Amino acid sequence: MIKIHNLTFGYGGTKLLFEDFSFNIKRGESWSVIGPSGCGKTTLLYLIAGLQQPSEGEIRIGKEKIIRARPSTGLVLQDHGLLPWATILENTRLGLKIRKFYGPDGKHSPANAVHDAAKDADRVEYWLHWLGIAHLKAMYPAQLSRGQRQRAAIARTLVLGPDLLLMDEPFSALDAPIREELQKVMNRFHQESGLTSLTVTHDIEEAVMLGEKILVLGNSCNRLPQIIDNHLSGEIDKRTDPEFLKRCSALRDLLARYTTRDAGINSGSR
Amino acid sequence: MKKKATLLDTLIGIVMFFCLWQLAALLVNRPILPSPVVVVPLFFAHITGDLGLHFLASAGRVLAAVCLATLFAAPLGLALGQMPQLDRILSPLIAIIYPIPKIIFLPVIYVLMGISDFSKITLIAIIIFFQILVVVRDEASGLKKELLLSVKSLGAGRRALFRYVYLPASLPAVLTALRISVGTAVAVLFIAEQSLTSYGLGYYIVIETYQVLLYPEMYTGIMGMGLLGVLLYFAIYAIELKVSRHRFVE
Repeated sequence: MIKIHNLTFGYGGTKLLFEDFSFNIKRGESWSVIGPSGCGKTTLLYLIAGLQQPSEGEIRIGKEKIIRARPSTGLVLQDHGLLPWATILENTRLGLKIRKFYGPDGKHSPANAVHDAAKDADRVEYWLHWLGIAHLKAMYPAQLSRGQRQRAAIARTLVLGPDLLLMDEPFSALDAPIREELQKVMNRFHQESGLTSLTVTHDIEEAVMLGEKILVLGNSCNRLPQIIDNHLSGEIDKRTDPEFLKRCSALRDLLARYTTRDAGINSGSR
Repeated sequence: MKKKATLLDTLIGIVMFFCLWQLAALLVNRPILPSPVVVVPLFFAHITGDLGLHFLASAGRVLAAVCLATLFAAPLGLALGQMPQLDRILSPLIAIIYPIPKIIFLPVIYVLMGISDFSKITLIAIIIFFQILVVVRDEASGLKKELLLSVKSLGAGRRALFRYVYLPASLPAVLTALRISVGTAVAVLFIAEQSLTSYGLGYYIVIETYQVLLYPEMYTGIMGMGLLGVLLYFAIYAIELKVSRHRFVE
């Protein structure tokens, strides 16, 4: 579904984060992207989201070359990004309002988007319930806990029915129990919906829990993608099993190798 | 989160104010400080007559100035907040002009713009303009990058960002700036109305009553001007409560 082809990108032209970097994501896969800070994992997400443009190469989603934010890509950031002056209900409806504002122009809103007030309201209710925050819809973001706010941000994105979900460190500002709860929610969501997703994280456990495939990035220029197949994702209750722990520790070793400056960066075996 | 001022607070304030006035009148015991018992009935007797016209003239000028200032300052503030490059060029200039008391330009404006209502309105508008400009700019530039990005990811382009983010984000700031600057606006109005007009509370207080030693009548004018400030303040406050409900939730 997503083809990243010969991607080259760097900030300010001094140091490249990606050079001639290619990999593919199939429809329905859940990926996690992990790497040390400054490795370009958020940048990669923004590039796929169309919020930044590659200096060379291209990113295609389906047949479409990404040159701007794509209306059916959903994005959830670490900071929930809710409007502080709007209630949870209004925030959840924001995307639909923006679609109505532009009409189905194919640029800001999918060309086949149909505006149906009753159906839209149902969808909003459905996702608020699904994420367990329906009772909070009259509240303002400041009145909610961090976890609840992040649930609202996810609801706001899912209401739009995206065909691709991108998340940038969505749970890293949360306390451990809340984080695990939300990881479970997202696992359940992936199992139910089969939505293609890509989650950026710096947390090793989270990467193993959320990604059927794990992309490991290094903090110097990334050329060859290092991808781990991971059948352990989605089984959050098994995170104390030896196999899970082994996978985490293998990933930790790999990351350590990729974080140092000289030790064979991106000469990975794949 | 702010605390709401309740109706009871306001009533207590009014009662205390008149008690203090009465007390001061008794202590000073000179014509220059008449008792509210004399002034208040006189105020209500005159407000339906000439005093009312003076009041309306003043209120009209302040309101016109508020509209004029908002019309220019809010869009410019938004633009500066959205365009850091432009802001970097203009902000030193704004920082210098902001604290200058604009009333000192009164003669200049009179000469340039002529003796008309419009010159008085312009003077007041200039004062409010900078107050609004600065808060709207700060509000717009203070919007988190993540918030803008995530709203963009919902499909928003420039127009939708303006409609759903910048406008609702800056409206409460505009109101707060107005509420805070309305006192200064009325003060400047008082000075501007002392000359080159025949209607307005400033004119009424200084020319029609003070200079002919009609002290109780002068106080009705003072009450009118005070009331104008208070009414404007609370009117804006009431709109603020409605518009920025999220700031007042527990």
